[in-house]
Amino acid sequence: MTQQTVLYDVPGPRQRRLTLIISILATILVAAGAYFLIYQPLDEKGQLSMELWGPLIDPSNENFTLVWQRIWVGIENTLIAAGLAIVTSLVIGTLLAVLRLQLKSIAGNRYAGFSSPVAYLLRGLGTGLAVLTRVCVEVFRGLPVVITIFFVARGFPEFGITLDTLWYLVIGLTVYNGVVIAEILRSGMEGLPSGQREAAVAIGLSPLQTTGLILLPQAFRIMLPALISQLVVVLKDTSLGFIISYEETLNIGKQIIGVLSNPIQVYFVIAVLFILVNYSLSKLAQYVQKRLARGRKTANLPAQNPPPAALVSQAEGAGGP
Amino acid sequence: MSVWVDKFDVFAGGFWLTFQICVLAATGALILGAVVAVLRISPVPPLRAVGTAYVTIFRNMPLTVVMFFSAFALPALGSNADFLRIPVLDLVFTRLSTDLPYFRFALIALTLYTAAFVCEALRSGVNAVSPGQAEAARSLGLTFTQNLRYVVLPQSWKASIVPLGSVIIAMIKNSALIGFFGVVGDLSATADQLTGAEGYAFIPVAIGISIGYLIMTVPLGALLDRIERRQAVAAR
Repeated sequence: MTQQTVLYDVPGPRQRRLTLIISILATILVAAGAYFLIYQPLDEKGQLSMELWGPLIDPSNENFTLVWQRIWVGIENTLIAAGLAIVTSLVIGTLLAVLRLQLKSIAGNRYAGFSSPVAYLLRGLGTGLAVLTRVCVEVFRGLPVVITIFFVARGFPEFGITLDTLWYLVIGLTVYNGVVIAEILRSGMEGLPSGQREAAVAIGLSPLQTTGLILLPQAFRIMLPALISQLVVVLKDTSLGFIISYEETLNIGKQIIGVLSNPIQVYFVIAVLFILVNYSLSKLAQYVQKRLARGRKTANLPAQNPPPAALVSQAEGAGGP
Repeated sequence: MSVWVDKFDVFAGGFWLTFQICVLAATGALILGAVVAVLRISPVPPLRAVGTAYVTIFRNMPLTVVMFFSAFALPALGSNADFLRIPVLDLVFTRLSTDLPYFRFALIALTLYTAAFVCEALRSGVNAVSPGQAEAARSLGLTFTQNLRYVVLPQSWKASIVPLGSVIIAMIKNSALIGFFGVVGDLSATADQLTGAEGYAFIPVAIGISIGYLIMTVPLGALLDRIERRQAVAAR
């Protein structure tokens, strides 16, 4: 609401009257548009009949309980896949972020205590791993999730690994989201005031302890809103399970449509379900962000370098379908 | 590895088709997103409500659902998306001399979905302009339009270019979904066809397809990183 008060003055009586008139006109226009562009075509094609809507909204319909039982199965499967995917991506993402930070910190190390071939070997290993993780991150961030899931489902059986479709979906989602979360956490850790790290080193913590006890907790805290938004992305992405015929909500919807042939109605209900869950999740993210902002003020812990906008906005829901 | 030589035209064709739909959808989404963003910052409450509702709906719905809507609900309403047959665009649609409506359906879905994110990127740019700027403009007596035109938009453009870029990158990645919705011959459909029906070895095909997407996403991402770093330096 802040930008509303910034862009124009508090309206006076004339402006208020004008706004009211335009508002009424706009409302009429929108209502008319909705009637002619949405209601009328639907009505003409008989899409509003109880025959098509009944199984979804009328408890006395013979198919009602069966349909909702199936949808409930789909919701359960969606939540299972999303839950597993978010947990595995968090674990992998954290490990990858810590690994990349550690590799960066030993990059300049000359291993003076070792004989020179061993030292060169260690340096080469460090650089090689750093390059490898970098390439992995860039590649998996740049690939569409659909393609990743598809590759996992098509590729694993070629090497004799057959799993449940649930695991294909979870692995596919983890590959993408793990990397994204790793980048979120890493930029969170690198954005912390350098004093944090220096103080940790000064009191004698090892590099791993510095990361684990000092940097990581703070990065998690700062990046919590972005991480919750990533949860929304994962939840939306589970709907891609239909391409590998995992029985999630959308696939169940397809089965229901196959029997009742009411695509608009079923997709409408599924869309509403998704919107409700995701909307409350993004509201939660906003709430957490507000809480954190308030907490930071009192704790006097400035987020000196906010994370790069590209990363956060990519994480905030634009990341996947 | 022979698949790269044998089927190079298939890979190239898939890349070209994906590229086409990305350019068209990006154009559409930028225009529609700008309109929605204007609605969302307008002083008229009902218009603002429409903009907010649009963004809330499309941001929280999986693209898959939007795709299903446009690919199955539009035909159920008897529309083949013929309103998109604009003379010049039509040349693109009728390629391969087949007239399947799926390309148009996919385009509609991608545009509608991405527009919500474009709107948010633009709006976040407007929000990023410090309030003092607009206040100063107002106290100079500039009107709402002048304020936007000369003070707010030139500055917000800078703040929204990076988020806009990542929305476009996300859209390129999302376009992979169209291959599973009846669009024949884009990169993802090519992957399915080559590894499935034609029985080529998996790894070379996977590498070829990945390169096709990475060519589009990685340079764009690197460019954005660069722009962002330069802006960070300029802001200091």
